[in-house]
Amino acid sequence: MNSMTSPSFSGDPVAPLRREWTRHTPGQRLSRFAVWLCCVAAVVWAVRSIDIIPEFLADAPEQMADLLIRMWPPNVAHYYPEVHHALIETLHIATLGTLFCFVLAVPLALMAARNVCTIRPLNVAAQFSLVASRSVNSLVWALLFVAIFGPGAAAGVFAIAFRSVGFVGKLLSEALEETSHGPREALRAAGASWGAEMLKGVWPQVQPAFWGIALFHWDINVRESAVLGLVGAGGIGLVLDDAINFFQWDRVSIVLLAILAVVLVAEVIVTRLRSRLL
Amino acid sequence: MSATSAPPSSADAARRVAFAPNWPMRLALLALAAYAVWASSQLGLSWGRLAHGLGEGGQLLGRMVPPNFERWGLLLEGLLESLQIAVLASAVGIALSLPLGVLAARNLSPWWISGPVRAVIAVCRSLHYVIVAILFVKAIGFGALAGTAALVVASIGFIAKLFAEAIEEISMKQVEAIRATGAGVMKVLAYAVLPQVASRFIGFCLYQLDSNLRNSTLVGIVGAGGIGGTLFAAFKRFDYDFVAAILLAIIALIFLAEIISGRVRAALR
Amino acid sequence: MSATLTAAAPTANNLGNALEIRGLVKEYAAGKPVLKGIDLSVAAEGITAIIGPSGTGKSTLLRCINRLVEPTRGEIRLRGTELTGLRGKELRLARRRIGMVFQEYNLVERLTVMENVLSGRLGYVPLWRAWLRKYPEADIQRAFMLLDAVGLPEHATRRADALSGGQRQRVGIARALMQRPEILLADEPTSSLDPRTAVEVLELLARLTAAENVPVIINIHNVELAKRYARRIVGMSGGSVIFDGPPEDLRTHHLQAIYGGEDWL
Repeated sequence: MNSMTSPSFSGDPVAPLRREWTRHTPGQRLSRFAVWLCCVAAVVWAVRSIDIIPEFLADAPEQMADLLIRMWPPNVAHYYPEVHHALIETLHIATLGTLFCFVLAVPLALMAARNVCTIRPLNVAAQFSLVASRSVNSLVWALLFVAIFGPGAAAGVFAIAFRSVGFVGKLLSEALEETSHGPREALRAAGASWGAEMLKGVWPQVQPAFWGIALFHWDINVRESAVLGLVGAGGIGLVLDDAINFFQWDRVSIVLLAILAVVLVAEVIVTRLRSRLL
Repeated sequence: MSATSAPPSSADAARRVAFAPNWPMRLALLALAAYAVWASSQLGLSWGRLAHGLGEGGQLLGRMVPPNFERWGLLLEGLLESLQIAVLASAVGIALSLPLGVLAARNLSPWWISGPVRAVIAVCRSLHYVIVAILFVKAIGFGALAGTAALVVASIGFIAKLFAEAIEEISMKQVEAIRATGAGVMKVLAYAVLPQVASRFIGFCLYQLDSNLRNSTLVGIVGAGGIGGTLFAAFKRFDYDFVAAILLAIIALIFLAEIISGRVRAALR
Repeated sequence: MSATLTAAAPTANNLGNALEIRGLVKEYAAGKPVLKGIDLSVAAEGITAIIGPSGTGKSTLLRCINRLVEPTRGEIRLRGTELTGLRGKELRLARRRIGMVFQEYNLVERLTVMENVLSGRLGYVPLWRAWLRKYPEADIQRAFMLLDAVGLPEHATRRADALSGGQRQRVGIARALMQRPEILLADEPTSSLDPRTAVEVLELLARLTAAENVPVIINIHNVELAKRYARRIVGMSGGSVIFDGPPEDLRTHHLQAIYGGEDWL
């Protein structure tokens, strides 16, 4: 078959001319091996020391199937009024939380953007509070605000707001830092005040990013606000927790379907609005 | 806002030419403000309640300081379990996302495969991981297994979707050339598809490992293992100085992970 | 008015025909055929050039042969094997007998030159060898030999996206020959190259395929190059063959019939 290239291997007169080819150099192979070793070691460590009960694992598919069977069919009678009102409350929490988050995020973003605010300590302080806000999960924020405001939607609104400040503020300050300096200089040269400079020189440049961030985060917040009720911060999560605790699985499934529908609708709305606005 | 219907002064006219007012936008903002007021009243948010909350918040902060690290053994145990959940969930999630992402890519799979797979991925993505965690806790019992399973579902929703999108953007000419050599599906994957998406895929995986770590500190709140359970218990016992210690530890862990994954990403580039 | 000269085609050859196409029709949209019943026999050696205006179905014709495009009707025989209707493993076994060189090279840009050349063996090697890049020693030596032949021996470990257009097409030729094809299809192999590189690449293609006894069907826009390298010219227009004969028989009136108009000549 290979008449042109290699005659037989033994006693090959061109053996010294033979060239080696491997995909990686020895160094590359060593580093790839090291990376794989690390990954495998991490997984092995996790599997060996994690508290997994084999009987539970073996039982899992059966139990899941059982759960799904008990969920079907969803009981539509549970939807109105309880689930419906909880759903509306969830949407209110998400929207108000997003609005409130922007009230907090805009000043923080202005302080964090190094080309807008030239006072270094303020920069650092703003950056730090944004990082702190991001590092604490919305459910943890909800726990804190439930401790402050007591159970209810108020805690949910604040949890959503304080959680998203970190992300929104970071994105906004990045957008601010990317603006070009020209328009601001021109306005300043014309004697505009700081406010006018921001409104007419900076705002038009960050406006598309601003709306994009707002829509994106409203979408995320709708998802997040659906679970806040689990720790008592209002919304549909409360109903879900209730239904699960009472083992009313046909009620659980209607709540899940409602959440799924709202999340999907929110995503569609955001995609539509975004393509129209941007 | 001058309420005059008289013809505008020349200065007004000049301003109008310079910056035409965007009426739809102003109306939309006004509507948004009105909505905010109305919705606040619906949810029972008032200034009085806010003021009261502020006082409570001050007290809470007072009880959180100084953080109490006395029970550091419990803390470390919880953190390690969270880390294990994150590693395991990422590994399984990535392993499952690879085939699912290929099956969901509309340029490689026929519609009757990609359609259902995309639907499964969409459901995985739409359900919040805490809700999934609750369901798993109810189905397979308390503990790290439920948390791992929930985060596997979340990982699939994220990685498989992005992976499918990345595959849909590849150059089909390279696929065509490899197909023309007589290569079957698996060889086409190895030679024409994976080389084009590998580096992006690794990026997605690193990002997901990062977010799995964040989320694994939380699933314990619903009994699915990790530091979240310790946190929730401390909250219930009003142990606020221990709560502060746990929060600081979580923030430190996440911060560390962010730095490491940032380094790895920079090294890959 | 089209003058068809099928009789003059040098198909009568002691080697027999490598490829027989009978009544090939391709419709992308029902009722609008791009290929309107092509009949073509290709000898087992030498270069056959297909010329014709853009959009006349030359590329579709080539892609029907290795079934990258599914023909609507007709027969395609590669040394007696009927290619239409093959599925799965049989189709892959047929494809590995047909090499292809593409207009835009279609190298896998993020793989090395060597991996691209070796990918010509994908139809032969088992899956595990392909995934692990553990090709048989003979394949690797042949790949080096082909890289020598196309003049890129020291580029074996470079990534394909680091090469120039001419270099990439040379790798493309090496990849196609790596298959040890029974026929080689070249779809506008020089259209993306500058004139000088185009001649060099075509020269290389002609030399290597002659050395390995591989017949070539080449789609080409440049009539002069076609006349220089092909032993047979097939002129297509509007989805049909309207000239078929040796280059020296190709006259101005044929070109007018193929490309339409006369001002450009």
